Amino acid sequence: MLLQNGIPTTEDLETRIPPKERLAKGPVVMIECFQEIPCNPCNTACKQGAIQEFKDINDKPEIDYDNCTGCGLCVSKCPGLAIFIIDETYSDKEATVSLPYEFLPLPKEGQEVDLLDRGGNKVSQGKVVKIRNGKYEDRTPVITVAVPKELSMVVRNIRVGGDGK
Amino acid sequence: MRKTEIAVIGGGPAGLMAALAAAEMGAEVTLVDKNNNLGGQLVKQTHMFFGSEKEHASTRGIDIGKLLAKEAQNHSKIKIMNNSEVIGYYPDDGVIGIEVEEEKFVKLKADKIIIATGASEKFLPFVNNDLPGIYGAGAVQTLMNEHGVVPGNDVLMVGAGNIGLIVSYQLMQAGVNVKAIIDAAPKIGGYLVHASKVARLGVPILTSYSVKAAYPNQITKALERASIWKVDQNWQPIPGTEKVLKVDVLCISVGLSPLAELLWQAGCNMKYVPQLGGHVPTRTNDLETSVTGIYVAGDVAGVEEASSAMIEGRLAGLNAAKSLGYDNGTYEEKHQEALNQLHDLRSGPVGEKIREGISQLVS
Amino acid sequence: MRIEQHPILTFEKKKEVEFTFDGKKMKGYEGEPIASALHANGVMVLSYSKNSHRARGFYCAIGNCSSCLMTVNGEPNVRVCTEKLREGMVVETQRDRGDLK
Repeated sequence: MLLQNGIPTTEDLETRIPPKERLAKGPVVMIECFQEIPCNPCNTACKQGAIQEFKDINDKPEIDYDNCTGCGLCVSKCPGLAIFIIDETYSDKEATVSLPYEFLPLPKEGQEVDLLDRGGNKVSQGKVVKIRNGKYEDRTPVITVAVPKELSMVVRNIRVGGDGK
Repeated sequence: MRKTEIAVIGGGPAGLMAALAAAEMGAEVTLVDKNNNLGGQLVKQTHMFFGSEKEHASTRGIDIGKLLAKEAQNHSKIKIMNNSEVIGYYPDDGVIGIEVEEEKFVKLKADKIIIATGASEKFLPFVNNDLPGIYGAGAVQTLMNEHGVVPGNDVLMVGAGNIGLIVSYQLMQAGVNVKAIIDAAPKIGGYLVHASKVARLGVPILTSYSVKAAYPNQITKALERASIWKVDQNWQPIPGTEKVLKVDVLCISVGLSPLAELLWQAGCNMKYVPQLGGHVPTRTNDLETSVTGIYVAGDVAGVEEASSAMIEGRLAGLNAAKSLGYDNGTYEEKHQEALNQLHDLRSGPVGEKIREGISQLVS
Repeated sequence: MRIEQHPILTFEKKKEVEFTFDGKKMKGYEGEPIASALHANGVMVLSYSKNSHRARGFYCAIGNCSSCLMTVNGEPNVRVCTEKLREGMVVETQRDRGDLK
């Protein structure tokens, strides 16, 4: 249904979810880019050699998961805001999701926020663990939130000031 | 009468790049723009651009506009005429008529002309489509991002192409609620990453829907409600599928058409090419029209993206300068690079329509 | 209706000026388009079509479409989406084709 409503299906996502073994090792990138468009800043931003060089600028990004350190420097550089960092090793019950967030008000570290899925529906509440909002991010802050582990592949946005405050 | 070697008409992404490229080869350029600030529609593009580093990918359109404008202002070979609207071209004498500051009429004669006038927003027929509160999506972007005023409280966006999706996102950033984005086509026309961005905000995208009618408030006479309905695969509305949305703003984002008046006046050979938004000039690979010495670049040459407009501008600027004998030894290399960049940007599946369109025009 | 805070943009505060709309005093910023000052004051109806007398607002906001023609300082058919606001301007709803002076 991606082509009809902008929400990727499970099948769409399967091609983009990092391998289980890699997820078990720590933070890793997930690029939700499903269409060949002329764009390559994710490769330019990656200093780890994880996001492979594009043969054709229209290619979808290819990732060498062994090289990815989950540093997140690509997140704020994607013009499509389609890059997320997933850390399933955060704690026993929780994972973290780092996502680009270009809205006001910004949450504060430690603040409880609503966790939203890819359709903007509230699925849970969680704490903001970290905010990166410096010169490098250039007005595309990267917010890291703790989410219930089973929702690590579901939560892709937050809402500040909802029920979660 | 003023004289210049190369006149560039329009100071948007294409015109700025054209002026810079021609000046860099050594030509003397006059850049004419009707607005106070250079940058064209870049001045309201708050999102990051696609493409590669060469096209300033990952930089916001507003910042690209400022960067290019500053470069042009600082270039000793470029003379800038802002607040200057070209109101006619007289082909018999090769004179461009310009209204400056809405007061003076200035005649400008140029050896070569690069027309980079851009495009304007298309309209859509439906009942009460002329109500106040119904705007072009780009107009709302101007109002919000350039002038800092929001258009209203609740918006219906008509058109799920890149402009419709981007402006919806930017409305939400400005604190305005977008109730829905609809498109008569069965699938989203814009980049899917833009669609996913607004979907994550909870904005429903409804494909195969079109506007049935708009309704005014009886006292204010401005938009108060709009009804939408489903269309079948032949684009025919299906009665009984109507939904009514309470909205005070309706944005129309159903494409752009090239602002080609000057090309018609110049007697350029024009062709109707729907893939490129309307009537566009036939041209060589180097962007010279059927009238020798008149070049085109950007949306007026065919509605596309700002990144390709910039490279087309560069290409037209290089060639116009070269045709006057200016070549600082780097022409071949830069010319080839620009052609390669354009090829790359258009070579993927999303460039198919553009390729089809251009193939009908290039001789 | 003015944006106070924005995640990407900062709007520099310009000089506030007074103008009138159909005799009513309003405030806006010097140099902004008349249409944006009117919009910030909640005015969306700018003119009426000359034959059917239908209410009109602006459409393109960049001086292309002529949907926003108003009478400014006595001069009719001014595109208020691009015309800059000045202190003391007299802005009026236009209801006919206007006469050249």
